[in-house]
Amino acid sequence: MTSSAFGWLQLALYLAALLLITKPLGLYLIQVLDVRGRTWLDPLLRPIERLTYRLGGIDPEKEQHWKQYTISLLLFSMVTMLVTYAILRLQAVLPFQHLFNPQGFAGLSDHLSFDTAASFTTNTDWQSYGGESTMSYFSQMVALASQNFFSAAVGIAIAAALVRGIARHCAETVGNFWVDLVRITYYLLLPFCLVFALFLISQGMIQNFKGYDAAALTEKQTVQVPKTDASGNPVKDAQGNPVMVSQVVDTQTIPQGPMASQMAIKMLGTNGGGYTNANAAHPFENPTPFSNFIQMLSIFAIPSALTYWLGRMVKSPGHGWSVWAAMALLFLAGFFVCWHYETVGNPILTQLGVDPADGNMEGKEVRFGIANSALFATITTDASCGAVNAMHDSFTPLGGLVPLFNIELGEVVFGGVGAGLYGMLVFVIVAVFIAGLMVGRTPEYLGKKIQSFEVKMSMLVLLVLAMDILGFTAWACVSAWGKAGLNNQGPHGFSEMLYAYSSVTGNNGSAFAGLTANTYWYNTTLAFGMLIGRFLMIVPIMAIAGSLAAKKLVPAGPGSFPVSGATFTFLLIGTVLLVGALNFLPALALGPVVEHFLMWSGKTF
Amino acid sequence: MSIIKEVRISAVVTLILLVICCGLYPLVVLGAGQLFFPHQANGSLVLGADGKPIASTLLGQAFTADKYFAPRPSAAGTGYDSTSSGGSNYGATSQALHDAVKQRVADYRKANHLSDTQLVPADAVMASGSGLDPHISIKNALLQVPRVAAARSMNEADLKKIVARCTDGRDFGILGDPGVNIVKLNLTLDGTYK
Repeated sequence: MTSSAFGWLQLALYLAALLLITKPLGLYLIQVLDVRGRTWLDPLLRPIERLTYRLGGIDPEKEQHWKQYTISLLLFSMVTMLVTYAILRLQAVLPFQHLFNPQGFAGLSDHLSFDTAASFTTNTDWQSYGGESTMSYFSQMVALASQNFFSAAVGIAIAAALVRGIARHCAETVGNFWVDLVRITYYLLLPFCLVFALFLISQGMIQNFKGYDAAALTEKQTVQVPKTDASGNPVKDAQGNPVMVSQVVDTQTIPQGPMASQMAIKMLGTNGGGYTNANAAHPFENPTPFSNFIQMLSIFAIPSALTYWLGRMVKSPGHGWSVWAAMALLFLAGFFVCWHYETVGNPILTQLGVDPADGNMEGKEVRFGIANSALFATITTDASCGAVNAMHDSFTPLGGLVPLFNIELGEVVFGGVGAGLYGMLVFVIVAVFIAGLMVGRTPEYLGKKIQSFEVKMSMLVLLVLAMDILGFTAWACVSAWGKAGLNNQGPHGFSEMLYAYSSVTGNNGSAFAGLTANTYWYNTTLAFGMLIGRFLMIVPIMAIAGSLAAKKLVPAGPGSFPVSGATFTFLLIGTVLLVGALNFLPALALGPVVEHFLMWSGKTF
Repeated sequence: MSIIKEVRISAVVTLILLVICCGLYPLVVLGAGQLFFPHQANGSLVLGADGKPIASTLLGQAFTADKYFAPRPSAAGTGYDSTSSGGSNYGATSQALHDAVKQRVADYRKANHLSDTQLVPADAVMASGSGLDPHISIKNALLQVPRVAAARSMNEADLKKIVARCTDGRDFGILGDPGVNIVKLNLTLDGTYK
C-alpha cells in the first residue's frame, strides 16, 4: 500500500473510533452532569463527593441563578489562578526541594508567572518557557496540572449550564457550579485520566520522581557554542558577531519527572500544555504511533460526546447529531487541505535535491510522518487543545494556514471541552437568526424565540474574538517589542504574530513556536489576550443561558425552522465559515496566502 | 449569597481538589507505573557495563563517525540536547533553512559517496520537531549502509539484517510510519545494546 493509502486508512479508523465512543460517553455524561445521576463508580466516589460538599458548605440540591453561577465560577478561577501564580514565583523556596525540585530551578519572573498562570487558568496552556529547563516537579504537578483539571471542568460546566438553559423553560436557575465542578472532576476526568496515564506509561512515557539522568555518550561530540564572559553575556567580535568556541559534549541529560499523570489530563481536558518544550513531538510525551492515535482520540472524546448529550438534553437527538455532522465535515475539510500541502512539500527545498516524495519533514517526527502530523495539527486546533506533535511554524504556508484558521473560526469544530459546544451554540443562534431573516419570521430555536438580547450577546462573543486577535496583532506589528521576537522574516514573521494572538484568544496554546515570547511585553499582552478570550466570552454566554432558561415554550408550527437534518447542518457550516472568512481573510492574505505564492516563485527571506 | 461565602467555598474546594488531583492521583499513577512498567516509567534507559545509563532508546543522540548511522539534523540546543527539546521553527521561505538544507544535502551525498543527482531523503536533511527524534526513514538508513559496512568491514547483507531488526514498523501494521531506531541500531553494532 502507498503511504497515502495508509493515511486514508488511519483517518477512517480515527473517525470510526470517534463515532463509536460518542454515544456511550454521551450517555455517561447524562449521569455525571445530573446531581442525582448514578454511575458504576458511586460506591467509591459518592462518599468523597458528599464529604467535599460538607467541608465546603455546599448544598448540592440548591441550584443557582445564572449570575450566581457565573460569580462562583469567576471567583473559583481567580482563587486557583492566584495559587498557580504563587507556586510559580516561589518554586525555588518551597519545602522538600530535593524531592520536588531536584534540578534546583529558580522561581519564575513576575511576567512569566502571570502569563503562565493566566494561560493554564484559561485552558490555553500557551507556554513562553521550555518545561524541562524551567519547571520544578512540584510546579508541573501542582501549579500546572491542577489547572488542567480545573479549567477543563469549568469549560464543561459552562456548556452544561448553557444546555440546561436551552432545555428548560420558565426556569430561574441553570444548575449549581460547585456540584458541576466536583462531579465533572471526580466522575469524568479523574477515572479516565487514571487509565489513560497508565496506558501512556506502557507506551514509554515517564512517571517518576528521580532527578534527571546523565547518559554517558557513546561518541563524544565537539560542538560550537557562543563564548560567554564571566557574567554570562555573549562575547562579540569587532563586527558584532558572536565569538564561537569549541565545547566537548560527553553526556546527554535525560529529563525525568511525573509526566504521565499530567499528560493524560493535558489531552483529555484539551489543555495542551507540554511537560517538555517540544510537547507531543517529544519522544517521552508521545512515544509511539499508538499513543499518538489515542492522544488524538482523547482530544475529541469529550467534545464529541457533549454533542450527543446536547441532543438528549433538549429531547432532539437529531439536533445533537446534526451539530456533530457539521463539526465532522469542517474537520475533514481542514485535514484534507493540510495533508495535501504538507505532502506536496516545499519546492524551494526539493530544488536542492531533497526527495519530493517525502513531503515537508521539517519539524516533523519520522514515527508520525506527514499524515499523522497533519491530522494531529488539525485536531489540536479544531479543539482548543494546542498540544503539537509537529512544529506548525515549519509547515508549508497553506498547511499552516489550516491550524491558524481553525483557531480563528472560534475552535468550534468539536472544540475544547465544553468551550467547543458553547462556542458552536453561539453560531447556532446566529444561524437560526439568519435563517429567520431569510424567510421573514421571528427566529426560533427548539421552541424558544430568539430575540435581540440573545443575538446581541452572540455577536458580542464573535466581536470579542475578532477584536482580541486582530487588535493585539496590529499592536505587535507596529511595535519594536513585537518585531524583536520574530524567528522568521517576511510574511511568515507576520504569521508568527497573528498565530500567537489567535492562539491565546482562542485559548488554544499552540504556537508558531519560533516566536520568542518570554519578554515583558509579549507575556503581558498574551496574558490579557487569554483572559479576554476566556472570560469576556463566558459572561455573555452565561447571560444567554439565563435568558433562554427563563423563556416560555412556543409550540412548533409549520414555520418553525428545523434544527436537525442536512439543511441545518449546512447552514451552520456556512455561518461558521462566513463569520470566520469575513473577520480574518484580509489578515490571512497578508500572511500565509502571500507566503504561499512567494514560496512557489522561490523567494526566501 | 455573599461574595465572602463564595470565596470561602472556592478556597476549601480548591484545597480538596488539589489534594486529590495533584496528590493522590499522580501518586497512584506513580505506584502503578513503577509496579507494572518500571522500564518505561523510568525513561527506557540503556545501561552500560558499569550499570550507569548510556542512552534512552526513545531519545536520539548525535553520531558523526562513519561507523555509525547518522541521525536526523537536530535543532535541540547544540544538537540532541534533551534539556532543550524543540524544532528549528524555520518557515518555508526561510533563507536560513534553505542554506542549512543545501549544506546538509551536499554533506550527505559526500559522506555516503552518492552522485550529485541522487535524491536525498527529506528526513536526512530536515530537522525533527522534538530535536530528539530517535528514528530515521528506512530509505535513509539503506543509503547509509554501504558507508557503515565499509567502516566496520562488514558484509552489507548482514548489516541490512541488523537494520531490519532495529526497525519499528507501523503499530498494528497500520498506525504511523516505519522508522529505524538509530540509537538501538548503533548501540547494537557496538554490542552495548541487546
